[in-house]
Amino acid sequence: MIEAAGLTKRYGTTVAVDDLSFIVPPGQVTGFLGPNGAGKSTTMRLILGLDAPTSGAVTVNGRPYTAYRRPLFEVGALLEAKAFQGGRSAYSHLLCLARSNGISRRRVGELLDLVGLGRAGRKRAGGFSLGMGQRLGIAAALLGDPGVLLLDEPVNGLDPDGVAWIRALLRSLAAEGRTVLVSSHLMSEMENAADRLVIIGRGKLIAQAGMAELLAAATGNHVRVRSRQAAELAGLLEARGATVTRNDDGTLAVTGATPDDIGELARASGLALTELSAQQASLEERYMELTKDSADYRSAVAIAPAAG
Amino acid sequence: MDTFTVPRLTGTVRRPAGGAVVHAREVVSSEWCKFRSVRSTWWALAAAAVFNIVTAAVLGIVLPRVLSARQQAAEADPVRLSLGGLHLSQVAIGVLGVLVITSEYGSGMIRASLAAVPARRLMLGAKTVVFATAALAAGLVTCFGAYLIFQAFLPVGDAMRTSLGDPGVARAVTGAGLYLAALGLLGLGLGAVLRSGAGAISALFGLLFVPPLIMTLLPASWQDTAGRYLPMNAAESVYIVHRQAHSLAPWTGFGVFCAYAAAALLAGFILMSRRDA
Repeated sequence: MIEAAGLTKRYGTTVAVDDLSFIVPPGQVTGFLGPNGAGKSTTMRLILGLDAPTSGAVTVNGRPYTAYRRPLFEVGALLEAKAFQGGRSAYSHLLCLARSNGISRRRVGELLDLVGLGRAGRKRAGGFSLGMGQRLGIAAALLGDPGVLLLDEPVNGLDPDGVAWIRALLRSLAAEGRTVLVSSHLMSEMENAADRLVIIGRGKLIAQAGMAELLAAATGNHVRVRSRQAAELAGLLEARGATVTRNDDGTLAVTGATPDDIGELARASGLALTELSAQQASLEERYMELTKDSADYRSAVAIAPAAG
Repeated sequence: MDTFTVPRLTGTVRRPAGGAVVHAREVVSSEWCKFRSVRSTWWALAAAAVFNIVTAAVLGIVLPRVLSARQQAAEADPVRLSLGGLHLSQVAIGVLGVLVITSEYGSGMIRASLAAVPARRLMLGAKTVVFATAALAAGLVTCFGAYLIFQAFLPVGDAMRTSLGDPGVARAVTGAGLYLAALGLLGLGLGAVLRSGAGAISALFGLLFVPPLIMTLLPASWQDTAGRYLPMNAAESVYIVHRQAHSLAPWTGFGVFCAYAAAALLAGFILMSRRDA
């Protein structure tokens, strides 16, 4: 469990994180979403005590991170792709970190095998590809078998194999009951991977909710209906208080009635339906809707897909 | 690699129960692991050894042939000659001291290190202990090695022959080894303050070599009174046998040099816990 309360971080005159309060509950993958520069990485550094907040506080399992003597048993973090020295082997890198928390040499070997670096472990990490670097970072995060994991943009720059590997990892970690916070600016990636979302923009909280709850509340959600007697059906639906929009392709977009309602109404009225489907807004559409009040957020998100 | 599980705590990772002392030992062990597992450490130590010992051997072979007996007798400080390699080995040890901390900032390793050990002063303290121990060992071994090799190459009865039992000789050779370690610690302190390898190396050698140059532009009375407190001049008094006019007493000079190193380290420790990583 991670809890942030009124977290604020200023660098000079720039406000990177602005009065941010959120929780990350255990047993779920929580997506931390926002455009590049929204303050995701800064927030992660604040959680780990690497940067000190200007005001506010954040705790991990009820205590500030810096209060833990051997924090690798509480929290594992992947902050940047290459947080290691190129001259050191992967094995030595992990061993040095393990030693500082009293973790055995055997665990280091196990993790190298787990992340698929068993054979490359003795080579200088400076020659690693981005994907191998991410794997090494993940091995480091798992050294103490922590209950909480923070992963900052873990799929950034990875090839499709690497992306699939990270996705499988996130699923397996959450299934084991761990608290997982994973940041990304890629909406489609988050839609696949996360159970819950914390959305920020310009350092401020925009929304935090379960994925299903968040998407269900989208105004773009509607039922798509196709019928040879579309005009007649539209009239009946409107008479019952539903809102009907006629699409160019001859289908109807209905809000204010469920697919069940519409199917039943058509049967009772003797009208034939050739299509009846619930249309849910994508995360990206929902995100646009949540941020539509601010032109800043919109222009920022428009750039994000190209950057990823 | 589609499905896998993370090995559980049981059997392989047990949370250590030890308190602050046990943890401090863990952090020292981690810093020793970092120190020994990069090649630059061994290159720098090897370079220091080669500079000290090879220079001494070459001088021990060449000097008796090129210097007349009278020139040799006039050379007041044969120990200083045998430590001629110090000019180069100090660069190797100074750079190593800087790199021990700045390489972590240069690579992003520092954030992994501080996430593992949030007690920053403990981490920097462990780093200091590990480096000081290694630099002290390397400094003493290579300086005594240089002295002994220089003496070994001198012909029997040569005027430059001394023994470690002669007044001031053992102190000067020991002082040279201590100087190397203290210089490395000054580098480590500057590295912790500046967090950039290039910046800290420039600052370290600037601090050593530039003030004496500026001093030559000042009135002679200033040179005599203030000059001895400059880092290089203060340090020099401990690794030469015969005290020069206007210089500090050997251990006083070394104390002054240590004060420079201590000031840099103190600033490093203070800034380390105050700044964002």
